Amino acid sequence: MKEAQTKHRPKRFGMAIDLDKCTGCGACMVACFSENNVPFREDESDKRRSITWMKVYKITNGEKFPHTEVCYIPRPCQHCAGQHEGHSPCVSVCPATATDYSRETGIVSQIYTRCFGCRYCMGACPYHARYFNWWDPIWPKGMERYLSPNVSPRMRGIVEKCSFCFHRYQLARNKAFNDGRREVEEKEYQTACTQACPAGAITFGDLNNPAHAVHQIVRPNLHEEHNAAGIPIVGKAQNPHAFRLLERLGTNTKIYYLSSREWVRKAGDNYQVQMESDPHAADASGH
Amino acid sequence: MKLSRRCFLSFVAGGAAGTALSPLPWKLTDDLSIWSQNWPWTPVPPDGEGTYTLSTCTLCPGGCGISVRKIDDRAIKIEGAKGHPLNDGGVCILGLSGLQLLYGPTRIQAPMKRVGDRGQGRWQTISWKQAIAEVAGKLKEIRDQGAPQSVACIAPKDVGTVAQLLSRLLSAYGSPNFLRMPSVEDAYEAAIYLTQGATGAAGVDVENADFILSFGSAILDGYGSPVRMFKANSKMKELHGTVVQVESRLSNTAAKADQWLAVKPGSEADLAMAMANVIISQVAFDQDFIANKVDGFEAFARMVQDKYAPETVAQKTGIDSETISKIALQFAAARKPLALCGKGKGQTPGSLKEALAIHALNALVGNINRSGGVQALAAYDYINWPDIETDSVAAAGLQKMRLDGAGSDSLPHVRYLTHRLANIADGVQALLVAETNPCHSLPDTQAVKAAFDKIPFVVSFSSFMDETAMNADLILPNHIYLERFEDVPVTAGVARPTVGLCRPIVNPLYNTQHLGDSIMQIAKALGGTIAGAFPWEDYETCLKMTLRDQWGTLAKKGVWMAPNATRTGFETAPGKFVMMNDDMGAIYMADDVALQGGDDAYPLVLIPYDSIRLASRYIGDTPFMVKTVSDTVIKGQHGFVDINPETAKRLGLADGQLAKLTTPVGEATVGVHFEYGIMPGVVAMPRGLGHTAYDAFLAGKGVNVNQLIGPVEDPASGLDAAWGIGAKLA
Repeated sequence: MKEAQTKHRPKRFGMAIDLDKCTGCGACMVACFSENNVPFREDESDKRRSITWMKVYKITNGEKFPHTEVCYIPRPCQHCAGQHEGHSPCVSVCPATATDYSRETGIVSQIYTRCFGCRYCMGACPYHARYFNWWDPIWPKGMERYLSPNVSPRMRGIVEKCSFCFHRYQLARNKAFNDGRREVEEKEYQTACTQACPAGAITFGDLNNPAHAVHQIVRPNLHEEHNAAGIPIVGKAQNPHAFRLLERLGTNTKIYYLSSREWVRKAGDNYQVQMESDPHAADASGH
Repeated sequence: MKLSRRCFLSFVAGGAAGTALSPLPWKLTDDLSIWSQNWPWTPVPPDGEGTYTLSTCTLCPGGCGISVRKIDDRAIKIEGAKGHPLNDGGVCILGLSGLQLLYGPTRIQAPMKRVGDRGQGRWQTISWKQAIAEVAGKLKEIRDQGAPQSVACIAPKDVGTVAQLLSRLLSAYGSPNFLRMPSVEDAYEAAIYLTQGATGAAGVDVENADFILSFGSAILDGYGSPVRMFKANSKMKELHGTVVQVESRLSNTAAKADQWLAVKPGSEADLAMAMANVIISQVAFDQDFIANKVDGFEAFARMVQDKYAPETVAQKTGIDSETISKIALQFAAARKPLALCGKGKGQTPGSLKEALAIHALNALVGNINRSGGVQALAAYDYINWPDIETDSVAAAGLQKMRLDGAGSDSLPHVRYLTHRLANIADGVQALLVAETNPCHSLPDTQAVKAAFDKIPFVVSFSSFMDETAMNADLILPNHIYLERFEDVPVTAGVARPTVGLCRPIVNPLYNTQHLGDSIMQIAKALGGTIAGAFPWEDYETCLKMTLRDQWGTLAKKGVWMAPNATRTGFETAPGKFVMMNDDMGAIYMADDVALQGGDDAYPLVLIPYDSIRLASRYIGDTPFMVKTVSDTVIKGQHGFVDINPETAKRLGLADGQLAKLTTPVGEATVGVHFEYGIMPGVVAMPRGLGHTAYDAFLAGKGVNVNQLIGPVEDPASGLDAAWGIGAKLA
């Protein structure tokens, strides 16, 4: 019971993204690209080849003019805990231990030099949050000067994804230790997308810490519950506007979305609503 | 010993098994993977001391504060400046990718002179001394012929030291032809002048409004100071304010608004008038303000009651009279209602009638010169340079009419009619282009390029190889904003005068020179009274002397904001807010802005739209921004138009197919994208694509909508008020 012995409760870094505020401007994506040395190519319109740790999806309610509605959904890595903590879909399939789940922070890591490019994790990820480098990154001559030394540029043949700007956590932790503090304050560790969002739609922090804004917004249920299919669900939001993407799968992600619009919540967790109302409906519809 | 077959096979099998059991294959695979991941061309960014420097972004008119992270002398990240009065830590997609402009491949690295044909891209690098001498020589030649008025200059704005130095150069030289790039400020300034008598931009206090009625303004796609608008919108959400978006397309702003009023494009002025009618007939207006501070209310009321009954307007706008009444009354009942004018990012002026009608809504609810309202922004008065001494040549040149006709007897309400560049080229012998890209961003690109062909001498001060620089004879590249000092007075709808300081983050990377210094050197080379108008040693000295009072604050905080000074009175003749007089009556009675190609040959209407992911002014989209653009906007090299599926099916078009889009101005091949959020009969195309210059990350992608839309002059003001154009898609 190592965890019980530690003085400090383990952290569960996560996000609450307010979809009512998100305008789909894409600042989070570019903040992420420039923070994390994400490469780019001449033609980025083939989205299967385009590396975007943070990606803003657009969904519509499918209604005709003028009743059409649109919602944007920013999608970083969801940092799944899995059905039993640590059993993230990607972590459980990685043969190289290149991706791992930290019980200290709840962050799913990616160690580039261990990855040998089998891409099992990409197949396992329900959120398309992982990207493969089919080519070596090439920066136009001179542009490599803006690369950050805090994040190593990746090379051909490996998988990469959102790290919750883990290097920022390391820098903040170093600073705290240098100042003689054990804890990193909420504002000291914020991801690049959170910091940049001009609409203030993203709230980042420790879901386990009741003092953190993200905890107060989401109000996660710290007790395990089971959904209609008997899958254990941890950290279900008690905020009625909050939902997680494909929560039914039991991936137990740490990105919560908030929307006042019901069709958005249904679309984000499209199985959940059917399952809860009628366990047979999902089977009958054949998805 | 004889090697038997059996023995040989055993040896081979044993060897294979032994190798497989040894660590060798695994070691080799591992080595191979390490080796293949350590190519020398994968960069290893050098580490060093990390610092942050405050500066101001100049990539759009927003004037956000930025904080640039550096490692030793490399700039590695741009972030929003915390505590800045406009953007407080937030930053937009363009501001974030500024380092790709700084270190990117489209920078012009030294002064250059054209050697091939215009647009061919063959250049010879020259020295700064020669570059200045060539410009000054040509200008002197034109002046000696007694035609100083034939020199024109285009700049993005007319405030701030650099714009003022340019305009001073023209004045001392003897030309009245300083042109500012078109924007909604042109119409807003005229409306403010007519109603309030004040000269200057309109300041809108969005932060303190609780009901925003936006007539197509892209609050969430780059209108005004973009990050400030985002923040104001989020604040509205938190405080349960209301945003109503009037637009024919489900833009991001409409998608996030509490109500989307899908109005027929071009009928916004009528809708505003009908709302005014409702507010007046239901006596929902601010009676105190109307009684004491408004002149011409009765005449205005008569006009809207005669001509703009909601029932009459319903047909034209496509919005039923109940909705018009309901929204109008909600607007009037709100505590701090605010009506906004300017379509999209506000890159086109639009009709003056529309601006006046929308401004009249603000006046009806008493929302002028108070918190949460609109006021005439106090002029930036920190530039107090000595008067210019003009010699006889200059005096004669300045007596001449402006070539574009702005401010003339027939068009008295406007100061610039820059869209007329294509028509006035015959009178221009030399054109100086500063930090704008008219060859891409002015409507009717072909006509603008033809005008450039007629102008014998074009000088570009661009830092990037854009379309206009490609069509220039000489390029005198400016430092980019991360390499220079400059004052950035913000006019984009800020509630209080705000000046940011742009300061060098890195030393200039290339052999470029500050535009301010280039202007002064040209002036000095011209000699006489022109040189005399520029008493400063260099630009930096000029800037520090000019900003003497604010320099301390600017150097420390990076931004200076005027104390909150809400205006009280009005500077009009009656001393009141004028809702109607003879001048305005004529504007209200003027014809609507006609739709070019609005006949059977062009059954559809093409409207341009603005996206914050597509930079559409002087700066082209950065590689990072292009990366965020959806594959329903650009796919490969093709740009897409949005069309309602019902319209498309009627035309026999399938989702994703290519089709030919024809307008009276031009034609282009576009992809068809089905989108339910657009009014049937309308096709929409984004601004900012279809570049021919720049690098392979941007060039050749999509279509420049300005190639398909020409200017249509507002009969009342002469401003470009084109909101769309007739189109055919087949």
